Amino acid sequence: MTAIGKDLVGLEHLSPEQIRLILDTAEPFKEVSERPIKKVPALRGKTIVNLFFEASTRTRISFEFAEKRLSADTVNVAVSGSSVSKGETLVDTARNLEAMRIDMVVIRHGSSGAAQFLGSRIRSNVINAGDGKHEHPTQGLLDLLTIRDRHGRIAGLKVCLVGDILHSRVARSNLWGLTKLGAEVGVCGPRTLLPRGIEELGVQVFDRIEQAIEWADVLNVLRLQLERMEKGFIPSLREYYRVFGVTQERLAQARRDITVMHPGPMNRGVEIDSRVADGPHSVILDQVTNGVAIRMAVLYLLAGGKPELADAAKRGSAGGGAE
Amino acid sequence: MTRPLLLRGGRVIDPSRGIDEVADLLLQDGKVAGLGRGLGAPDGGEVRDVTGLVVAPGLVDVHVHFREPGNEDEETVATGARAAVTGGYTAVCAMPNTDPVTDNQAAVGFIVRQSVRAGLARVYPIGAVSVGQRGEKLAEFGEMVGAGAVAVSDDGRPVASGHLMRTALEYSRTFDIPVADHCEEPTLFAGGVMHEGLVSSRLGLKGIPAAAEEIMVARDVLLAELTGGHVHLCHMSTRGSVALIRRAKERNVRVTAEVTPHHLTLTDHACEGYDTNAKMNPPLREAADVAALRQALVEGVIDCIATDHAPHAYDEKDAAFDDAPFGIVGLETGFGVAHTELVEGGVLSLPDLIHRMSTAPARAFHLPGGGLRIGAVADVCVLDVRTPWTVDAAAFHSKSRNSPFGGRRLTGAARMTLVAGRLVHDAPAPGARGA
Repeated sequence: MTAIGKDLVGLEHLSPEQIRLILDTAEPFKEVSERPIKKVPALRGKTIVNLFFEASTRTRISFEFAEKRLSADTVNVAVSGSSVSKGETLVDTARNLEAMRIDMVVIRHGSSGAAQFLGSRIRSNVINAGDGKHEHPTQGLLDLLTIRDRHGRIAGLKVCLVGDILHSRVARSNLWGLTKLGAEVGVCGPRTLLPRGIEELGVQVFDRIEQAIEWADVLNVLRLQLERMEKGFIPSLREYYRVFGVTQERLAQARRDITVMHPGPMNRGVEIDSRVADGPHSVILDQVTNGVAIRMAVLYLLAGGKPELADAAKRGSAGGGAE
Repeated sequence: MTRPLLLRGGRVIDPSRGIDEVADLLLQDGKVAGLGRGLGAPDGGEVRDVTGLVVAPGLVDVHVHFREPGNEDEETVATGARAAVTGGYTAVCAMPNTDPVTDNQAAVGFIVRQSVRAGLARVYPIGAVSVGQRGEKLAEFGEMVGAGAVAVSDDGRPVASGHLMRTALEYSRTFDIPVADHCEEPTLFAGGVMHEGLVSSRLGLKGIPAAAEEIMVARDVLLAELTGGHVHLCHMSTRGSVALIRRAKERNVRVTAEVTPHHLTLTDHACEGYDTNAKMNPPLREAADVAALRQALVEGVIDCIATDHAPHAYDEKDAAFDDAPFGIVGLETGFGVAHTELVEGGVLSLPDLIHRMSTAPARAFHLPGGGLRIGAVADVCVLDVRTPWTVDAAAFHSKSRNSPFGGRRLTGAARMTLVAGRLVHDAPAPGARGA
């Protein structure tokens, strides 16, 4: 068992100390990606499978870079559609992976709980790269790191998640991570896209984006899946942008210097104004950069790496540090 | 002919006549032949001392799924009937969502024949409301009743069309059978996998709002009132449904309702950790719903306890929550769970529980049994309500193991079950597999 457990399934069941440990461990790994030779030997000899049951570009690439920069051997498996529709069950997939004696699995799956399910059935470490509408913990962590970079702290900040909270695993991981580290969390979106009972989690609900902007230090603007309109949760993207869009004009009304985040990929002109996404409020590309460092930190810690040796491991002078 | 049997010295409970006393019960020629103190056994009769045990009319479950024909790897009429008698049940009603659907007299006759062949609990078929359970065209109620059906239902699916439900309730009057409805408004249900509430929000699972059930309960009682038909509401799960049924009964609408042992004892928190044995439809709801369902059972707003015994192969449940099928088995834990939680929990008296698990369901579906008057069918269970036992799903007689109660310590089990005076379950101790 490592300092953060066998698997990383979500942030809900991590302690604040464990979350801080991951953020702190990511710090020295940031620098690796800035070098001409972006490689350290911390995970040399480890085999990792990136098992993606849902299409993903940036998360998969980010994990793959993190793995390669730590010198792990990686295999990407993309399974289109659910495993069940392919005839092989998740249990069978798990058993096959186990039989190949791999060290870690990074899994993205359309069903909530799939990562926990896999983790409970194999000895390898499992990292959740997004399960259904449940959690996307490495996204939550990289969002925390980006906020901490920008504001120097997380405790006491007001962070509002904007948009489709109901279907968002990013929102849930943000919610747990932020509240555990002492931030106040708000949500803003049409009521059709807010989960039942969210107020009971100590979250402030804003019906109007103007109120959210007035309240918040940070806006984390979520992607609006275009199918939400087809399924009737909102009448049109045009109206969504008009009522909930994070625009330059709305931000200009803010009393403080608001940070704007987005987990990507963005729908410009739907949930976010291009001028905002490309403007001074935006830390969207910092999030992407931090994503690699956070994933390196999680991989390193789950491989048994000593937190205090992360810096040394990075220099390759601590015998890998991940034994 | 079965040998006469004298059950000596038990606590005899017959809710149909308000009897609760230590007495001897004589069963002869498939009937109850005597009740009193110091009865002698007739020539060639067997005597069993049941001192310290409870003698009651056999339990009746108006809602089970036996998967035959179609999915015999999960359950057959014979294995389901074996599970039933192990749990103290002498009669069960099998839902028609088989493959092919039990929607005609030949299919109904097949279930009856399989039941007779098994020679265990009486398995009464329920016919489909609509051909193929497709919700379009009425099935032949008259011919199905002629072949042995005791009710009609499209359970597993709701009767979505208001017109079809109205027609079914009107047409059922000729045969005086209940129309049992699985209350679920399909567009609100829409792919949900658990109760919609805080837990579903946290787990990121699609919720099923309580209103999806309550809208159909409201519709069904209005249609029963309109038509004079008897609507039976399956597996009620919400406090809102209870309120609707209470008001309908006050207006003397012909409505009966059932609740499962799991909806009386578990909440949506059982889904934490994505436990697929807590995935059922209707879903486990909130503590306030459990409290309202218990109160409804006490008052008789809900008439009876039914298990909704729903066997599934082990590997089907060994899946991500979204991908696992709905339902759990319940025949072998039904009485134990209900007794432990409701009687020991101080909600119901033991005679009231037996009333809700035997007399009331038999009455609602016009079935023999449910009482011990002289001349009644000798469908009897002998219950041990003192010795604790631990649920071992691997030891179930059912072919399936999908129970959320595995490992539970319970008090309350059938030590003997007699159908038409024949001893079909005889266990030396609670939880023992019996003979």
